Amino acid sequence: MTATAEPAASQALDEVKIGGLGSSRPRVEDARFIRGRGNYVEDVTLPGMLHMEILRSPLAHARIKSIDTSAAWAVPGVKLVLTGEMAAQRNLAWMPTLSYDTQAVLATDKVRFQGQEVACVVAEDPYIAKDACDAIVVEYEPLPPIVNPEQALAPGAPLIRDDKAGQADNVAYSWEVGDKAGTDAAFARADVVSTLRLHYPRSHPSPIENCGAVADFNNATGKLTVYLTSQAPHIVRAAVALIAELPEHMIRIISPDVGGGFGNKVPVYPGYVCAILCSILTAKPVKWIEDNTGNLSSTGFGRDMYLDSEMALTRDGKILAVRYHATTDQGAFYADAQPTKFKIGLVHSSFACYDVPVGHITAQGMYTNKAPGGVAYRCSFRVTEAMFFQERMMQAAADDIGMDQAEFRRRNLVRDDQFPYRTPFGFLTDSGQYLTCLQVGLDAIGYDDFLVEQAEARKQGRLLGIGISTMTEPLGAGNSREYDILGIKMFDSAELRVHPTGKAVLKIGAQTQGQGHETTFAQIVTHELGIPALDIVVEHGDTDHTPFGMGTYASRSTPVAGAATAMVARKIRAKARKLAAHLLEVLEEDVEWELGRFFVRGAESRGVTIQECAMAAYSNMPDGMEPGLENNAYYDPPNLTWPFACYIATVEVDPETGVWDVLRFVAVDDCGVRINPMIVEGQIMGGLTEAYAMSNMQFQTYDTDGNLVGANYMDYLLPTAWETPGFELHEVVTPSPHHPIGAKGVGECAAVGGPAAYVNAVMNALRPTGVRNIDMPLLPDRVWHAAHTGDDVSGAPPFRTE
Amino acid sequence: MYPSRFRYEAPRTLDEALALLAEHGDEAKILAGGQSLVPMMKLRFAAPGVLVDINGLEGLGHHEETPGGGMRVGALCRHVDLEHSTVLPGAQPTMAAAAPLVADPIVRTRGTLVGSLCHADPQGDWASVMLALGGSVVATSARGRRTIPVGEFVVGTFQNALEYDEIAVEAVVPAAQGARSGSYLKLERRVGDFATAGVAVALESVGEEVVRAGIALTGVGPATIAATEAAQTLVGSRLDPDVVDRAADLAAAVARPRTDHRGTADYKRHVVATFVRRILTAERAPAGAAA
Amino acid sequence: MTATEPVAETEVPTRRITVTVNGERRVAEVEPRLLLAHLLRQGLALTGTHVGCDTTNCGACTVLYDGAPVKSCTMLAVQADGHEVTTVEGLGTPSELDPVQEGFAAEHGLQCGFCTPGMMLAARALLNRNPDPSEDEIRWGLSGNLCRCTGYQNIVKAVRWAAEKEAQ
Repeated sequence: MTATAEPAASQALDEVKIGGLGSSRPRVEDARFIRGRGNYVEDVTLPGMLHMEILRSPLAHARIKSIDTSAAWAVPGVKLVLTGEMAAQRNLAWMPTLSYDTQAVLATDKVRFQGQEVACVVAEDPYIAKDACDAIVVEYEPLPPIVNPEQALAPGAPLIRDDKAGQADNVAYSWEVGDKAGTDAAFARADVVSTLRLHYPRSHPSPIENCGAVADFNNATGKLTVYLTSQAPHIVRAAVALIAELPEHMIRIISPDVGGGFGNKVPVYPGYVCAILCSILTAKPVKWIEDNTGNLSSTGFGRDMYLDSEMALTRDGKILAVRYHATTDQGAFYADAQPTKFKIGLVHSSFACYDVPVGHITAQGMYTNKAPGGVAYRCSFRVTEAMFFQERMMQAAADDIGMDQAEFRRRNLVRDDQFPYRTPFGFLTDSGQYLTCLQVGLDAIGYDDFLVEQAEARKQGRLLGIGISTMTEPLGAGNSREYDILGIKMFDSAELRVHPTGKAVLKIGAQTQGQGHETTFAQIVTHELGIPALDIVVEHGDTDHTPFGMGTYASRSTPVAGAATAMVARKIRAKARKLAAHLLEVLEEDVEWELGRFFVRGAESRGVTIQECAMAAYSNMPDGMEPGLENNAYYDPPNLTWPFACYIATVEVDPETGVWDVLRFVAVDDCGVRINPMIVEGQIMGGLTEAYAMSNMQFQTYDTDGNLVGANYMDYLLPTAWETPGFELHEVVTPSPHHPIGAKGVGECAAVGGPAAYVNAVMNALRPTGVRNIDMPLLPDRVWHAAHTGDDVSGAPPFRTE
Repeated sequence: MYPSRFRYEAPRTLDEALALLAEHGDEAKILAGGQSLVPMMKLRFAAPGVLVDINGLEGLGHHEETPGGGMRVGALCRHVDLEHSTVLPGAQPTMAAAAPLVADPIVRTRGTLVGSLCHADPQGDWASVMLALGGSVVATSARGRRTIPVGEFVVGTFQNALEYDEIAVEAVVPAAQGARSGSYLKLERRVGDFATAGVAVALESVGEEVVRAGIALTGVGPATIAATEAAQTLVGSRLDPDVVDRAADLAAAVARPRTDHRGTADYKRHVVATFVRRILTAERAPAGAAA
Repeated sequence: MTATEPVAETEVPTRRITVTVNGERRVAEVEPRLLLAHLLRQGLALTGTHVGCDTTNCGACTVLYDGAPVKSCTMLAVQADGHEVTTVEGLGTPSELDPVQEGFAAEHGLQCGFCTPGMMLAARALLNRNPDPSEDEIRWGLSGNLCRCTGYQNIVKAVRWAAEKEAQ
């Protein structure tokens, strides 16, 4: 043993102990939720508050001949009956959508989908408001309804958007991306072309809390305060300013606790606008709480997209090119919440994890007589469809060339040494260990053993299947060069104040709906400053008191607002370093940082804590230094973050009933550095459950008359604890090279990548029957029909009735 | 979400309740468990003028065996009482199998078997079970008391045979002619879903020979369906495979399902046959083992 | 605005009811059509009981009625006259949480918190009936309550956590 100088014992704080990165600290939100002390919009009661209810259209497509509100006005307790005609007098019968279309607030000319808002009533209590809604008499002249894109494009189809000047057909948009000529050339060289057609059904995010608002226009001050179920209150403020022509500084949007969002609570809905208008007209606070039927039948849905695809392959399993046409059913108004530049979200992120040289995508969106939207339901703008298409195409292609599905993926996944990797549709993926993730998943599920078990089971007539889904997802929009919503660039912000005693308040423009921001964002500050997480409070959701942010959806909070938080903490640390130098009476260059403490280089025992620096900022700052210790940061991300996941499901299909059960589910997620592993795992399990739901039972469809099936929880099925499978979680960590703390988004990966794992597993079980595709959800009758006929089963609307 | 206005009465005695029904005629509706009625009122599919809440009445919460393997279930006996009953598992296997499958655990706290029969929803589980068992409903009015076989009690979709002044006070399962066996199977996509299809089978056997059989079908027609011919096939048999297959086919043949979002008509018919076969095959196995 | 004669209709009959809520006698004057959930939330300002669906599926409004779990959106307030109701606010005491509450926090059994009160009351009722439930028994017992956030796995753990604490 050679003698070396004893290194000075570090006095750095134990980061996990103080609730920094990597700490599964309990959530601070829980203290109120477990006591029933949350504060949701429906819990807000203001003095003199009135209640609003909405009358909705029973028909999918009809001309409004007359609306008679006289009996509604006569109901005792009614204060206001509002129709589209009255709203039009204030230029509020229509409003802009987030996709540069328009949407009716209250119908004036026609109703264009079942459940559309026709009138609303304000009364002393919601029971009376409902009574009065029932007393409104609307005379409709029915028009032929359109419930799918094929009908929308048919010659002689009725024009749904006859309100729009220059709109001659039912096409909402057309879009394309990629290299057509290069793709065609690659297909010409292909040994094998694999094709697949399918429909990703319409699904509704359906948080358990429906939408609602309490609008309070104070006609003395001119200030409008709105309590709103919103994932993006700052965007709503801007939108309300534009729609209602109110000055932005006189609008305050408060998003209190939000009972789940999943993308449903991003848009501005007619009900919000009506509540605001009714408050202005009555000069009273007006509360509107949507019922579940209203939520499911009129607010932003997800998916409803058709795929027609081809993949060019070599015989030995190398992908040469992909091309597909995607058709979206937008409903009556094109109201996707998505970045301006992209008309079908980020569907072109498909195949980002595979080394595909070239590709071409065309897309078209159709107006139909269905509820409007196309929101990013737990995904980064149509990425769920992109990854589902990709992974279903991968399985079909592996089957077509007779290659094991794991081996086929292995041959095509982007290798670790290829990053940053330019995808065929122009994205630049940042980092990953795709092959490692796949192998961790295969080992965890016992892939080879399962194949043996499966072969044995088949001999006894039992149908076992295994499905793999590997995917990367673009999370954390922007950068601002490419990403904006209604022209507002997709950055995010944070403001940090450190008080004299070293306690801190962090204010962010993101908006939690269960993700635990109040817990995890404090952990980022702890990581940067060594202030214990318990000493930091996180505030959000009040536009008067938090900095501008684009809100929480598309898994963008950690990648963007989280980065802003790290950056503002670093600004604070930079100032604290000057204070430390002053307190330690040394030059700033001689001050070193360890977690929670500055010390003098070469004299480690001489140091000051971050708390001492905070006190000095208010009591003992050097001459010429501005007092105080607070700052803000606006973060414009250089790129998206690209988490990766490998999901593997094993299933058993009952050949007699078509019922299938999940035997095991393995998830391997690489979301970079995990701020709070407990919360990350909670997000993954929640996502896997929504994925299971979509693959198994959860969907909305329409009959030929445009009647919605899935307008309440009797028909719109969400899985309970009983059906939901158990999940086995694994991790691989590849820090994002460009995120300040190496984190990537994670909230949605499982919902995005999960469905294909379940579906591929069932299709794998049915492979001997020759079935190529069953549309989701894989209802028992669909599986049974496919297994018995060997035919594919389409789930596209209209659904068949007798 | 908000029911229409109604008048609420909470009688203390059965006589008071009957007097209220006689007074209000078809305006009045009985409130027992309320787990179907209240949701319908909230959606305003139902808007009774008078609600007669019988939850305060004494002596209706029972479920008890009667001599010879029969059963009485009072109008306020909740699903949960049957689910956790110590009486049912041995005495009434078909009922015991159905009890945990009705609605969901919280709804089962309030909902009642008799209320479910009165609701006459073709998707209702208990109507099939009671039909298979040859059960009846006891109805009382100021005019007297009558017993209505379940097959006559359920007259159509959401339609029962009660007169406006009558209250269904009890459901009755008759004495058995042999040892009871049977089961209830339901295909539902998740807990609390309406049945895609359901099958109730109730057998009474002496030795290995079936002496009485009942089969009834849930959710595959405009009302609960008795598969009488299928059941009759079993009588006198020892549930040999060819008999089981014949019963399965006959049961499927009387099903009158509609294609809807829960499945095609063909599929539902196939599920009926599959479930009949599964129940009967399972019944035969232990009997055969004992022989 | 037309003037029909709303003479008789303005006399809305109400009933005076006495309900023991979380151990406290509360008196309220209610319309018969008022749902129990709305009495609790508006009339008694106990907003911990949430309303999710219209169709008696989601269970967010679950409370204990004479100790048994019920969906309070599917009972009338008048039906609670003379009965005992326990809401999330009455789970545990001001100084001590119920083990179910502790378990939900300890095992990350909640995210947005909206289904949580109903879920916890259903769990409380389950444990009262079966103090040592298996995973399957917990999943079955809670299958009348929907959660969109957690995927249930941590809810199962939370209930086990409470069962184990209570066994000590």
